[in-house]
Amino acid sequence: MPDLGKYADAVLAAYGISLCLLAAVIALSWIQSTRMRRRLEEVEGRSSE
Amino acid sequence: MHLSGRFLPWVAAIAAITLVAGLFWGFFLTPDDYRQGSTVKIIYLHVPTALMAINGWFMMLVASLIWLIRRHHVSALVAKAAAPVGMTMTLIALATGAIWGEPMWGTWWAWDPRLTSFLILFLFYLGYQALWHAIDDPDTAADLTSVLCIVGSVFALLSRYAVLFWNQGLHQGASLSLDSQQHVDNVFWVPLVICMCGFGLAFLALVLVRTRTEIRSRRLQALLLRERMA
Repeated sequence: MPDLGKYADAVLAAYGISLCLLAAVIALSWIQSTRMRRRLEEVEGRSSE
Repeated sequence: MHLSGRFLPWVAAIAAITLVAGLFWGFFLTPDDYRQGSTVKIIYLHVPTALMAINGWFMMLVASLIWLIRRHHVSALVAKAAAPVGMTMTLIALATGAIWGEPMWGTWWAWDPRLTSFLILFLFYLGYQALWHAIDDPDTAADLTSVLCIVGSVFALLSRYAVLFWNQGLHQGASLSLDSQQHVDNVFWVPLVICMCGFGLAFLALVLVRTRTEIRSRRLQALLLRERMA
């Protein structure tokens, strides 16, 4: 861990908030994608029967 | 779908590697700035996300124009898919800018031309998504959001060039320039460029994932409608 001196709080807060927001948009996109793929496969399977 | 499915894992993998490498380099391996101290490390988040916030809106503008002119449905879905990602980038840029501004400028926020136009851009991102969700007919929603996107482009442009138009703002000029006399020192510049590539590729990967989800959603709606009609 580098020595961030008197600005440690600001730097760590910036990285913490940014990485959380980035992780949130990645997770949300992934969950929505998986859910939609499953639903579509289910309905396509039902339609082809 | 087949082509994007083949490219997506590669884009996502390269984005992850570039982003982790750039942020690791910037956070752990670069020195403090003689004036800004360790807050200079915020540049690796703030500059790439601000860049992607503005470029994301221009990507939406191009996709919206293609929709309005050519009525190509996928282009409307690309614009819709890009909005939440662009909004996240805008929010990160605003948050990191405020966190950096407090120790450096002595204030979290100032009604500076660039900051204000960036806040308006964030509100446009919010409004754009609200409009998509408020209208049931997808073609009408695509039409109206495309018009909103054209209007919002003025603020995307202002966010980019406000520091050149007005001199009274707090925000400094461009950190990067092709003129080597102007841009930041190489010790900061190299990891910054890597971070910019990483955020750019992450944006692309996320837009690809979300566009594929939107296309599947359209197909699902069509199949459910066909089931109901049968």
